[in-house]
Amino acid sequence: MPFPERPTTVPFPRPPFRAAVAQVEPTLGNIKKNLAIHLDAIDTAKRDGVDLLVFPELSTTGYYLRDQVPEVAEPRNGPLAKAILEAAGKMSVVYGFVEESPTSRFYNAAAFIDGTTGKSFVHRKVYLPTYGMFDETRYFAAGGRVAAFDTRFGRFGLLICEDAWHLSCGVILQADGIDVLIIVANSPGRGVREEELGSKRSWELATRTYATFLNVPVIFANRVGYEDGVNFWGGSAIVAAGGSWLARAPEFEVARISGLLDPRDTRRERILAPMHRDERVHLTMEELDRIRHESYRADTSG
Amino acid sequence: MRVTAQTLPGDRRSDPLTINCSLVEPILVGFVRSEVRRVGFKKAVLGLSGGIDSTLSAYIAAKALGPENVSGIRMPYSTSSVETMDHGDLVAQELGIRMQTISIAPQIDTYFTQFTDASRLRRANKMARERMTILYDQSAAQEALVIGTSNKTELLIGYGTIHGDMASALNPIGDLYKTQVRALSAYMGVPAAIIDKNPTADLWVGQTDEAELGFTYAEVDRLLARMVDERARPDELIADGFDPAFVSRIGRMIQTSHYKRKLPLIAKISNRTIDRDFRYARDWGT
Repeated sequence: MPFPERPTTVPFPRPPFRAAVAQVEPTLGNIKKNLAIHLDAIDTAKRDGVDLLVFPELSTTGYYLRDQVPEVAEPRNGPLAKAILEAAGKMSVVYGFVEESPTSRFYNAAAFIDGTTGKSFVHRKVYLPTYGMFDETRYFAAGGRVAAFDTRFGRFGLLICEDAWHLSCGVILQADGIDVLIIVANSPGRGVREEELGSKRSWELATRTYATFLNVPVIFANRVGYEDGVNFWGGSAIVAAGGSWLARAPEFEVARISGLLDPRDTRRERILAPMHRDERVHLTMEELDRIRHESYRADTSG
Repeated sequence: MRVTAQTLPGDRRSDPLTINCSLVEPILVGFVRSEVRRVGFKKAVLGLSGGIDSTLSAYIAAKALGPENVSGIRMPYSTSSVETMDHGDLVAQELGIRMQTISIAPQIDTYFTQFTDASRLRRANKMARERMTILYDQSAAQEALVIGTSNKTELLIGYGTIHGDMASALNPIGDLYKTQVRALSAYMGVPAAIIDKNPTADLWVGQTDEAELGFTYAEVDRLLARMVDERARPDELIADGFDPAFVSRIGRMIQTSHYKRKLPLIAKISNRTIDRDFRYARDWGT
């Protein structure tokens, strides 16, 4: 049997809302300059009637921080959060920052702040890539939770870049009852053998896969610009439940895109293909438990 | 029934040296623009030998910064070939960039009057470093960053002079093998005479890279792409048909030249040693 329906505080029916992505080019480690970029984009978005504005991963700090991590870190209700909340007016904003915990751990984090209700939610990146060109575990503590949260637009899931490369994060968020999935990223452009950039192909596949098989719209926010020779390719997108493109940003350029997310479109998709309804989470848990037991039994190393 | 073998996109058998130039060009052009301007510069200077590598770097820089902001510097020695000089002119004309000629002969000759028995290698390295000092002096004089012209092939096998032609502020072509430099050069409109000529560092009369190295760029690039990019092990490379001696020779060249690709070693005594546990991006704060 599927789980009982996930309880939520979000009123029903839910109105359509205008979501936008600010595809920005942060300056590495310069919070002041990056905050100015955020406030400017927030201002424009407010004038254009945007309800939810999404910035990329680490949008207030830049990516290759290395030893700058503790230097740019703030508590989740620090000056940055206050400045963005104050600027947001009634709008909701997602932005990336380095979160410092009371025990001096530093997280690659993304905050959802709701200007209407004043509520906020912070996701700490769970999967910190530490291979090839990435070195995140060296500098960041890993988040320990993948959880959905209620907003006035519906129940949301928020993932940071590498999190989305682990399909389990999507499965968890579906079980947690999400209506919308937000993925913020700092995706480097690489792979130039094919028609399209390799990174672009992977992210198109990921966003459309989530949208199709989790029955949710997906908002994908990536940055642009260069850091130490690495390019970030942009290509932010808003994908409707079912996988069709609602909006797509150009590559390599600062840009803003927006799209109207209408719960009626998601409803139609869910009637057409109700995977979210039929998902047997118990079965998944039992099978994972079985695999866990068998793996530990087989592991004689420790 | 006739079965045709097809190479599909993403197929592992497809040529690892293939690049889609329409993707590569904007990344490299954007790189030069971003990395020059973020540190407060508008202009670039580069050693323009008339060879394919420096020509491609010049094409990328001119597109990124505008030809009026790019200065090519030709630094001939008395043995430099006339063809080299002509191709430098051709590039400057095609791009509309400024071209200067600064001879290195007086200082090289003066220096080596003290070391008349200096080997060809010593003379070649000295010339490469002489050119570097000129480029960095012109960098200061013209408020222009030095653009690098070393390709991935020569960087990997160490076929360059440390603190000489390997020195630059930023290098747009350092992740392109020579074969890929040729492909992108053709795409960006580099004159065929420059693409087709036999590569030479022009360090002595009649020198060619491939004669000096003992293999062709086409051969070594295929090996390097499999060995470095695809992490193929020696036994796999030999199964691919590469000569075992060639595989081990190139492996040794990569390893023994690695020092050229690193900062000098620093003896550690503190908790924060530069580059070991004092780690910042070069683009720190920009």
